Amino acid sequence: MQQLYDTLTQRFSLGEFTRQRADLAFITVEAVRLHALLRHLRDQEGFTHLVLLTAVDWLEDGQFQLTYLINNRAKCQDLGLRVMIARDNASMESIHDLWAAAATYQRELREMFGIDFPGSPRLMDDFILEGWNAAPPYRRDFDTLEYSRATYRERPGRETRDPAAHMKQQLYGDKGDV
Amino acid sequence: MKEELLKRIVKTPDGQEIEIDPLRDYYCEAGPTVQPPAYTAIIEKLFNWARSESLWILGFGTGCGAIEMRPLMTPRFDAYRYGIQWRPTPRQSNLFVISGYLSVKTLKRVIRSYEQMQGPKYVVGLGSCTINGGMYWDSYNTIKRLDDYLPVDVYIAGCMPRPEALLAGFEELKKIIRAGKAEGANQYAANFDWYKANQKSVIHDWDMPDYNW
Repeated sequence: MQQLYDTLTQRFSLGEFTRQRADLAFITVEAVRLHALLRHLRDQEGFTHLVLLTAVDWLEDGQFQLTYLINNRAKCQDLGLRVMIARDNASMESIHDLWAAAATYQRELREMFGIDFPGSPRLMDDFILEGWNAAPPYRRDFDTLEYSRATYRERPGRETRDPAAHMKQQLYGDKGDV
Repeated sequence: MKEELLKRIVKTPDGQEIEIDPLRDYYCEAGPTVQPPAYTAIIEKLFNWARSESLWILGFGTGCGAIEMRPLMTPRFDAYRYGIQWRPTPRQSNLFVISGYLSVKTLKRVIRSYEQMQGPKYVVGLGSCTINGGMYWDSYNTIKRLDDYLPVDVYIAGCMPRPEALLAGFEELKKIIRAGKAEGANQYAANFDWYKANQKSVIHDWDMPDYNW
C-alpha cells in the first residue's frame, strides 16, 4: 500500500496516509481532487469496486468527514479516501458517473446528514424516512430524545434503572461491597 | 399526495375527456361501521367460540419479533395445533401480531394492512416496544404506544418474549374472544376520528385514502 501511495503522490497532491493493515489504508484528500483521484484509481490502479460511502459528523470542528472505501479485487486491497467538507451548507461533488451505485449512498447521506450532491440522480427522493420534516437525524446536533418526546406519546409508568447499580442490587443485595 | 391519487383529466378511447378523482372514484369514502353482535346471545356465543378457534395470523413481521414466528409455525412449538395459522394476505387473516418496534414508515403499511383485514379482527402487541417503546424509547423514528394507533387486544411483554409466551398470549386472546370482549374492530370504528388524528400526527406524508379498502 505504501508503494501505491508513493506512485499516487507523484501525480496527485495527497494528505495524510494511514496504514491500518497490510491490505487496508486510508488517505486524506482534498474535496476538489477526489473525483480525479477516484477515476485514476478505478481505471489505472484496479480499484474497481466501491465498497461504501459514509459520513462522520465532526460537530466540534464544523466538518463532515466523507469516507469513500474502494476495493481492488485482484490484489485484495481496500483503500479508504477521507474527505473533509464544511458542515454548513455541506455539498460534495457526486461520483455517480464513476459508480452508479454511489447515487444510493448519496441519497442516504442527503437524507440522514443533509449533505448535498448536485447532479446525483433521485437525490431528493425519500430514502429511508418518509415525510421527514425535521433536521437530518444523523447530525449530532439533532436531539433524538427531545424529538421523540415531542412527537410520540409516552405511556406513563416507565422506569429506568442504572444497569450497573440494578445488577449489583440483584446479585449481591445489601451484603457485599463489590 | 402521490401523483396517482391526484385529480386529473383522462382521455377515454372514444375521445371523451373525463375528470378522474381517484380518492372519490376508486376508493369508497365511507368509514368503518360498528358491527352489532348477533341477534341472540347463544348464536353470538357460538360465533365467538368459532372465532377463537380459528385465529389466522397475517404474515407481516413488523420488527425483530417476527423471528419468534418461525419456531411457532414449525414443529417445535407448532401453533397450528391451537387452531392458529399464518396467512399471506390481510383478506384471509383476522389476527395481526405487531411483532416488535414500529417505525413510522412501517406503521403506515400496518394501518393499511389492518384496515384491509375483515372484521372481527384482533391485534396482539408483541414485545416491550409496542407497549412503551422498549429499547427504542428515545428513537426519532419509532412509535411508543401501539394503542394510540390501533386497538390492541393483548400485549405480550418481553424483549423478546419466547414462543411459549406467545402461545400463552394467544390462549389469553382466545379467552377474551370467547368472553365477547375482543371488540377491537368496533372500537376502531367507533373512535375512527381519534385513531386517524393520532396516525396522521406521526405520518407526515399521508398519501393514501383515509379508509378505503
